[in-house]
Amino acid sequence: MADKNTSASVLGMGDTSMSVNTAARTKRAILGFLKYFSLVFCGFLAVLPVVSCFITALKTKEEYQSTNVMTLPSKLYFGNFADAWEKANMGMAFLHSLIVLVFVLAGSIMIGAMLAYCLSRFKFPGNGLVRSLFLFASLLPGVAMQVSVYSIMQKLGFINHLYGYIILMMGTDVISIYIFIQFFENISTSLDESAIMDGCSYFGVFFKILLPLLKPAIMTVIILKGVNTYNEYYMANLYLQDKSRLGVVATSLYTFTGPMGNQYNMICAGVIISFMPALIVFLLFQKQVYSGMTSGAVKG
Amino acid sequence: MEQAKQKETSSFQKWFRSRKGQQALVLIVFMSIPLLLLFIFTYLPFGEMVKFSFYNMKYVGARKFVGLKNYQDVFTRKDCFGALKLSLYYMVGSVVQLLLALYLATVLSFHVKGEGAFKAVMFFPYLISGIAIGFIFKFFYTHGYVWDTALTWFGFKLDQLPYWLKDQKINNISLVATSVWRYTGQNMVLFIGAIMSVDQELYEAAALDGANRWQQFKHIIMPSIKTIITLNVILSITGSLSAFEPPYVITDGANGTGTYFVIMNRIAHTSQKVGLASAMAVVLLAIIFLVTIAQKVFFKYFFRSADDEDPRAGERREKQIEKYRAKHAARNGEAHNG
Repeated sequence: MADKNTSASVLGMGDTSMSVNTAARTKRAILGFLKYFSLVFCGFLAVLPVVSCFITALKTKEEYQSTNVMTLPSKLYFGNFADAWEKANMGMAFLHSLIVLVFVLAGSIMIGAMLAYCLSRFKFPGNGLVRSLFLFASLLPGVAMQVSVYSIMQKLGFINHLYGYIILMMGTDVISIYIFIQFFENISTSLDESAIMDGCSYFGVFFKILLPLLKPAIMTVIILKGVNTYNEYYMANLYLQDKSRLGVVATSLYTFTGPMGNQYNMICAGVIISFMPALIVFLLFQKQVYSGMTSGAVKG
Repeated sequence: MEQAKQKETSSFQKWFRSRKGQQALVLIVFMSIPLLLLFIFTYLPFGEMVKFSFYNMKYVGARKFVGLKNYQDVFTRKDCFGALKLSLYYMVGSVVQLLLALYLATVLSFHVKGEGAFKAVMFFPYLISGIAIGFIFKFFYTHGYVWDTALTWFGFKLDQLPYWLKDQKINNISLVATSVWRYTGQNMVLFIGAIMSVDQELYEAAALDGANRWQQFKHIIMPSIKTIITLNVILSITGSLSAFEPPYVITDGANGTGTYFVIMNRIAHTSQKVGLASAMAVVLLAIIFLVTIAQKVFFKYFFRSADDEDPRAGERREKQIEKYRAKHAARNGEAHNG
């Protein structure tokens, strides 16, 4: 968005720093040092909590109790991971999280794409109203809403059922609708029109022509909504209360509250297990994750 | 009779086959499920919540109409409305987070060694679940543990250090810091995206002409990300009012760290005073709604004075802002952060 004026003003400043003398060189060296120092410092603060988790998770119980938390383990010990896996019933939790992820993502993608198709392609009375209804819904903080959503979930008999939680997670989704609307607005309508002329139905246009074109948007939804769904613990805790039977990965960590609350060697192992899938996906798909994050941001 | 009926069906069929009819069919099929879900999980509970706020009730059992008593309680009880004071900590925290993210994004947008690794390290906390973050920081802040050890490396003495989560002078700051830790990298990635959307030749031209970093920042980077920054500042106000996650997962609101929503959550699901909790929710929603309207007015005024010549640019920006706000709110609503 920077226009000609700004580049011109930058151009005008050219002559002032033309002379390179020693003072300027020292200044540059100091600034360069400060730059890298600040980056290293921030990086250090960013990794410290996670690194400390790894250090502690790799110690035996005895070593954890007898040494400082930041002392490196004398020998790598992986028993905590097995213990945490077993105590928190992580095998079941991963299975449930996978089921929830598959259904919530598939549902959100279908719902979001269909709704966005209607809103962006058809002029009908109420189009603006529907958009405002969704926009207003996004202003309501989730935690506040759960006070009364809880009583509705109770009436529907959705509490302590995976399907109840899945439907709730699909129903409170606004993010994918907005991503899809944005994407549809960038696809020319002449494409649908020519297909309609050729005798294709609106359903055909949606399923055969537009849906395949939505792949990048679907990728973005999978990343954003996937992270949110995998990490969601507040509603899971509220609506899947029977954790021994219905734990997901995020809520399985609740096992470590209470009597086990100070066995950090095991807790850290549990925490690492829980974020491992996210870490692996992130490392494999870094570019897509970043572009997914920024795709909704305002530019210019 | 027969004929009329036949004629009717055939005209219906005609309509059905027409473009208009097809459109109506698509609209009904595609929109009924999303709208039904929106109604059941957003607007129905919203209405119920307003209703609940006039009752003295639990989730099960008898309820008694009490009029405005719950609202009176919200404003007079010590633990309710006063908890909004803590939002100030979260507001300051989000400003710090924004400045830090802006600085890092600017530095990284010029070539830096190890850029990719640094970006990944900063961003990763965003991908950890809130509950895991709770455990990590309970451990991190325990007296003599990670943070204290790190500070002793820099010359601090352990017995001079406070109890980060118990000491009421500092514990809210400790909690806000975890939120900064979690979201700075994500903000940074957003800013880098905005900076990168500027034509790269502009930077090269400026550098060739000897514009220093500060000049490049002021004249190229700042204009390109002005909108997103202003938006983030404004959004942080509503975000801070509804701060919830750090105290909920780390201290459970103990020792004076209970924000408005933490208190509300406790009243709703532990003491099961559903009426009072609903009144609290309604009050905060009203405040958030007012703040949002104020923001809209402010934005209109703010951008009208800007040197905008294209009249449609304002319209476009309104649209963008609306979209961004919705996405941001949705993202945060789902993650339940503050």
